[in-house]
Amino acid sequence: MTHRSAPFSALFAGVALTLAAGTALAADTTLLNVSYDPTRELYVDVNKAFAAEWAKSHPGDTLKVNQSHGGSGKQARSVIDGLEADVVTLALAYDIDAIAEKGLIAKDWQKRLPENSAPYTSTIVFLVRKGNPKNIKDWDDLVKPGVKIVTPNPKTSGGARWNYLAAWGYALKKNGGDEAKAKDFVKALFKNAPVLDTGARGSTITFVERGIGDVLLAWENEAYLSVNELGPDKFDIITPSLSILAEPPVTVVDKVVEKKGTRAISEAYLKFLYTPAGQEIAAKNYYRPRDEQVAARHKDTFAKVDLFTIDQVFGGWQKAQKTHFGDGGVFDQIYAN
Amino acid sequence: MSDALHPGHVLASEGLPTGIARADAERRAAGKSVHTEPAAVRIALVLVALAFLGLFIGLPLVVVFVEALKRGAAAYVSALANPDALASIRLTLLVAAISVVANLVFGLVAAWAIAKFEFPGKSTLITLIDLPFSVSPVVAGLAFVLLFGAQGLFAGYLAAWDVKIIFAVPGIVLATIFVTFPFVARELIPLMQEQGTAEEEAAVSLGASGLSTFFRVTLPNVKWALLYGVLLCNARAMGEFGAVSVVSGHVRGLTNTMPLHIEILYNEYQFAASFAVASLLALLALVTLVAKTILEHRLAEEDT
Repeated sequence: MTHRSAPFSALFAGVALTLAAGTALAADTTLLNVSYDPTRELYVDVNKAFAAEWAKSHPGDTLKVNQSHGGSGKQARSVIDGLEADVVTLALAYDIDAIAEKGLIAKDWQKRLPENSAPYTSTIVFLVRKGNPKNIKDWDDLVKPGVKIVTPNPKTSGGARWNYLAAWGYALKKNGGDEAKAKDFVKALFKNAPVLDTGARGSTITFVERGIGDVLLAWENEAYLSVNELGPDKFDIITPSLSILAEPPVTVVDKVVEKKGTRAISEAYLKFLYTPAGQEIAAKNYYRPRDEQVAARHKDTFAKVDLFTIDQVFGGWQKAQKTHFGDGGVFDQIYAN
Repeated sequence: MSDALHPGHVLASEGLPTGIARADAERRAAGKSVHTEPAAVRIALVLVALAFLGLFIGLPLVVVFVEALKRGAAAYVSALANPDALASIRLTLLVAAISVVANLVFGLVAAWAIAKFEFPGKSTLITLIDLPFSVSPVVAGLAFVLLFGAQGLFAGYLAAWDVKIIFAVPGIVLATIFVTFPFVARELIPLMQEQGTAEEEAAVSLGASGLSTFFRVTLPNVKWALLYGVLLCNARAMGEFGAVSVVSGHVRGLTNTMPLHIEILYNEYQFAASFAVASLLALLALVTLVAKTILEHRLAEEDT
């Protein structure tokens, strides 16, 4: 009822354009979780479970967690421009760094929670048409002539950057650390990817709904979701021999929680993600859990794959971003010609 | 009551057009045609126009309803009864209501000023009113972010007063008002210019006050054009995507209007639900179309 009355009270304020607050604060707590594209379903479940958990220890209180989703970089930009997120749960650390740079989040945010502040992980897999007609087994098959790849644009999509770095890491390892050969490999890969959507979900829709392309480079959770939503008889998931450990991080937005007085509950919310209950929800939504017991329960879901981290191969996000995705970076050089 | 005040108007509308209509009817009765093109050309032209309309306007509209009802009527109703969907419908209605009222007042004032008075900067004002037609809505949205965002020009003042504009209802209202700015004014200006000030002068010389002149002479003279402008303004306000998308923040149940909610549902693989909400907007388009036809009919009657 609280958020229902808010817009109507704004009607009267709004007519005169006095621009009163659009979201009136009620006695009950409302948090805003600003997240990236593929986590919609995950956080619907998490919010429900956490609200129930919170109600148990705080009888009488009600908690509502609102969600906002979009491309990771775009969401970070919105928070910088004033979207009052209590917590951000984005696709990659670089986007949270961007918010921290504006002073909204402490610079050492990534050390505040265990596991690099990433309560769950994911990786990059291939989604192919049922029966795998192009016989795609590993990264090498992607650069063969006549294979059409669907991936979002690394300039705008967090998922696409993970795709790109996974391919680069694979080629680097295969060629004994030869950067030039890795560049050639990734260049050949993008030659097979004629259309780049702006976000991960857009690419999935392109591949799944519009039937374009032979293989979709996707978040593992996104691939599972498409298979489940649109029929296991249509697609197969192929896990490559080597991929990247994608760590989507979470953190509290200090400036906002201090202003709203929601630090305690926001921190509890993020810590809930690390509890067995939170980990179970993550696993059910096809995010790889950190908790070993939960992981053991779901070991049949997640294929075994060798994973490397961005720190190991690229020296962290700041460096990877600058070298590969900045203006005039490696991606620009590859895609320009 | 207004008729008594402008007999000349009544005379004009009675005389000429009915004469033409009568001549037209006589010609039709005699089986003659004013067209010289062969029948084949005429039929071909009509068919091309119809096929084009059917393909680019009719078919997409049909597809929306087919997709919306794909999973049955129960799924359709439950998609619309979803709390987030209801919130988006309420927000859209609220935003449209505020924008229409604001632009109604502004449109009347601007048209009144432009049509009835001479003042320096008049042509600049007319150009400015047209600006939203030529500016991309995304640019408009970004401009508001630059003004009212946390890094924007007024960030300090807004934070000091704890006023939220961007990523809240006021921002969405502002963006919508911006893109719907010209609709009412643009409908009224040519009509009011054409009508001139003679009737108002007559009313005033007969002793009417300014206010009563406005309500008994000016307003009745433009009422159909005004309604027409409001109709177009409302349709655009409810359907606006680009500008609103930039300033909304996409918080479900709070700052998602119907067009934004439709996109979200589509991206969540909830195609039937997405088209269910879309069908409401399509219905709005149909209602607008019917109302527009009626108003155009009225306008034509008034004009002639």
